[in-house]
Amino acid sequence: MDNRDTPQSFQEIILRLQAYWASKGCAVLQPYDMEVGAGTFHPATTLRALGSQPWAAAYVQPSRRPTDGRYGENPNRLQHYYQYQVIIKPSPRDLQELYLGSLRAIGIDLELHDVRFVEDDWESPTLGAWGLGWEVWCDGMEVSQFTYFQQVGGHDCAPVSGELTYGLERLAMYVLGIDHVMEMPFNDPSAPIPLSYGDVFRQTEEEYSRHNFDHASTEMLLRHFEDAEAECQKLLEAPADDPKMQRRIVMAHPAYDQCIKASHLFNLLDARGVISVTERQAYIGRVRALAKMCADAFVTTPAATGAA
Amino acid sequence: MPDLLIELFSEEIPARMQARAAQDLKAKVTDGLVEAGLTYAHAGAFATPRRLVLTLEGLLAHSPTTREERKGPKVDAPEKAIEGFLRGAGVAREDLEEREDKKGRTYYAVIEKPGRPAPEIVAEVLEATIRNFPWPKSMRWGAGSLRWVRPLHRILCILTNDAGEAEVVPLDVDGFTAGDVTEGHRFMAPEPFSVTSFEDYAAKLKRAKVMLDPEERAEAIWNDATNAAFAAGLEVVEDRGLLAEVAGLVEWPVVLMGEIGAEFLELPPEVLMTSMKEHQKFFSLRNPKTGRIERFVTVANRETADNGATILAGNQKVLAARLSDAKFFWENDLRIAKDLAMAPWLDQLAHVTFHNKLGSQKARIERIAALAREIAPEVGADADLAEQAARTVKADLSSEMVGEFPELQGLMGRYYSEAAGLSPEVAAACEEHYSPLGPSDAVPSAPVSVAVALADKLDTLTGFWAIDEKPTGSKDPFALRRAALGVIRLLVQNEISLSLIDACISAQFGVDTTLMDLEKANPNSPINLRKRYAEAAQIEEKDLRKIEVKAIDKGALSTAIKNLRKLTERPDQVAEKLVELRLAEDLLAFFHDRLKVHLKGEGVRHDVIDACLAMPQADDLTLLVKRARALQAVLSTEDGENLVQGFKRANNILTQAEEKDGVEYSFGADRKFAETEAETALFDALDAADAKIGPAMASEDFPAAMGAMAAIRPELDAFFEAVQVNTDNEILRRNRLNLLSRIRTVCLQVADLTRLEG
Repeated sequence: MDNRDTPQSFQEIILRLQAYWASKGCAVLQPYDMEVGAGTFHPATTLRALGSQPWAAAYVQPSRRPTDGRYGENPNRLQHYYQYQVIIKPSPRDLQELYLGSLRAIGIDLELHDVRFVEDDWESPTLGAWGLGWEVWCDGMEVSQFTYFQQVGGHDCAPVSGELTYGLERLAMYVLGIDHVMEMPFNDPSAPIPLSYGDVFRQTEEEYSRHNFDHASTEMLLRHFEDAEAECQKLLEAPADDPKMQRRIVMAHPAYDQCIKASHLFNLLDARGVISVTERQAYIGRVRALAKMCADAFVTTPAATGAA
Repeated sequence: MPDLLIELFSEEIPARMQARAAQDLKAKVTDGLVEAGLTYAHAGAFATPRRLVLTLEGLLAHSPTTREERKGPKVDAPEKAIEGFLRGAGVAREDLEEREDKKGRTYYAVIEKPGRPAPEIVAEVLEATIRNFPWPKSMRWGAGSLRWVRPLHRILCILTNDAGEAEVVPLDVDGFTAGDVTEGHRFMAPEPFSVTSFEDYAAKLKRAKVMLDPEERAEAIWNDATNAAFAAGLEVVEDRGLLAEVAGLVEWPVVLMGEIGAEFLELPPEVLMTSMKEHQKFFSLRNPKTGRIERFVTVANRETADNGATILAGNQKVLAARLSDAKFFWENDLRIAKDLAMAPWLDQLAHVTFHNKLGSQKARIERIAALAREIAPEVGADADLAEQAARTVKADLSSEMVGEFPELQGLMGRYYSEAAGLSPEVAAACEEHYSPLGPSDAVPSAPVSVAVALADKLDTLTGFWAIDEKPTGSKDPFALRRAALGVIRLLVQNEISLSLIDACISAQFGVDTTLMDLEKANPNSPINLRKRYAEAAQIEEKDLRKIEVKAIDKGALSTAIKNLRKLTERPDQVAEKLVELRLAEDLLAFFHDRLKVHLKGEGVRHDVIDACLAMPQADDLTLLVKRARALQAVLSTEDGENLVQGFKRANNILTQAEEKDGVEYSFGADRKFAETEAETALFDALDAADAKIGPAMASEDFPAAMGAMAAIRPELDAFFEAVQVNTDNEILRRNRLNLLSRIRTVCLQVADLTRLEG
């Protein structure tokens, strides 16, 4: 591997992915400003995968999985991590080639490595969404998820979006040859103030692990879950025509924010261990019902239909 | 005659679907072509991760012209009838022929379908095949509406004539135009190239680093892997499923042998194998001397300039991360097993729901423990050990290792029990109590394992029966048929005599306790036991008797029924027993159904089993199977077959006489009224048979008893030959009927022969 070609830090890998996908015509968006479990929850994916309008976006999404917290001690597991997400609608014919190009861009020499597409169908019970695709293996290591969306919120996707998700920490550790995530250089190791991933996140991992497992107050979470659910329903039940502006303004996105909230609150409740196996299904069903209502609303809006 | 080559080139097809898809492509296309009149000499189908391929040799260049004659109405038939005929035959009036017929001048239509050129037919058939392909799961992509397993990229479809010239079949499916172009290996030879025939295609593909035939790929992988292993003094752990899967993940297999870090070699071999197979699709290499797993083989999809060094290093690193997890689980688990005797795991099981209507895993363990204790003496196991084993065998479900690899349940239990210093019987029961799983799975024989295995399965069956979750049709979500077959095989192969009615009633005692507890915790629980008992208490006395009688008829006379009589002054308890008994009988019928299926595989006829089911103690499956096998064996002899005919004749005559006379001829025949030699001989034969059958039955030696019965056949035949039973002499007649009655008694000892067909 040519040294000039090898990234030196976590952020360099992110920057290269941003530059690569920008050069391929994607709008480089910023992370969504809410707590989500995965990049897919960003409305730029969930909602924009619906409707007839073309779309191409790429973004980093901080993601939270409260049950994966390990107090910063586990080499691979984090309760807060980053995903890189690319979504293009309709999925271009050469999406696999475009994807392989992104691996080259972050310094993976495809002449020396073994990249494979291994069946892995994607399903999100909370979003009522599914698609077919693969997990992409590089030398036996899963480096990305590759999915052709078929349904979101119970709606058929037409045209179909192609979605790529990179688990950034894992991918970067692989490219940089790091064994423990906390030891990974976050910025350039030769910078005046070199920072490791641990310098940035070890303490927060510890604090949030304690919070998620033992201190997040479950009564409040339950109450907020109910509130978010009620608010989501209320927003969508409001008449589509806004009396003040004298036009149709469906509040699909604000309602979807409440759906995202409910989903994250459920994840926290799950981490606190207060949800039994039977209740689990019921909670997932409630979030899915919200996602479906949001999708029903979004498909009537201009961003989905293309109507002026 | 031309050859046909089809290649459907797509993004990566899931490995598990490839073989079936190649066969489906062959079946759909050849069926379509043959139906259209295009026959062929030879067909071959192949699949790689990116292509489905069909080659047909010796295809007809044209479908043959067909001629069909249809007789129509008479020439002077009403206009309407003639028009109808024209429409049906699809011909015009002027195309009809008039012919002289027996009934006068009649119209005939001659429909000639000219043959069509192969390309036209192939295009139609292939388009239909692509549009209706039976993928287990298919998808749309981009802006199109075509469905395929993953996005389709190219259709190659050519006909090659005898001179070797290729012609592209004109075909367009949703913008995909067929051509003669394909691509090689995604990374090693991505340039497109055109081909002129299957031979040309296969040769060029090989040059472009694609091994077309999945069997060739599997063979290459297996050969290279075993050679590499052999050179290192190791052997490859055979795994056909994994081999087929890996062959479906690569177009150009390159076998690489790697090291397992020394710190992981102490892990149990099953843990290493499972982790490597499930997560990484690696083959395990075993040291034949020690049985330990020491290295692995991975299969890459390409050659590289560094001979796979980078690929192997990456794979080893991923494996090390995986095995660190496994090692972490193993060490934590061992600590809990050694220091705390697995207690925290059992506590956790109180919070794990087995089924929401059947309570927690812990409640289930309590039930199995009580039942195992009760069954233990019947299977020759120590009751204390059986109970201890039952309280241990599920503990590993809470272990971290089983959480990660559920397929290691039981096996980890064995390791952890050994670590906890428990007795070998208990450790073995952990691993064995799930068995037998499949119909060909080995059946445990260690008494403690058998006791726990039976208790586990009987509790499952009784529990799901009690909450009315029985299997229906093809639906058996809780694998209850498998559990029942497991019980059958455990009992029969170990020759255990056990009253299933009693066992099921004991199992219900535990299930009912759980149901009561659930009711207390939640008064609105869906299974309301008290209500059910109250309903049962409404059953009137005569119904009660009917059920008793039915049970006795079935041969299921059990202690429960005896108790029932003693308890008649306590209606609530009677009702409880009734519910239990009904459920046990229903479950017994389920066991009998499964037994019939099972024995059918052994060649035992279903009516043979019916004949044995009619006998007492039919809830003792070992006894039942002994009877059935003995009867089946004797039926396959000439004596046996004839004995049954003789018996039926005797029985018919006797039954008719008994019905007519309104008496039962069971007084015993007297030898002094024997008139003919044939009669005397039959008396002798019956005496001789009785002398043998008595002791044989006492020792449950059914083959000997059946043999002795079959031995009376010549005398019985001679008797019917020489003697008229219904003679005018009443004394002789009665004596002969009593003699027939004796034959019936003798013959009905092993099975109810009246239930045999034919």
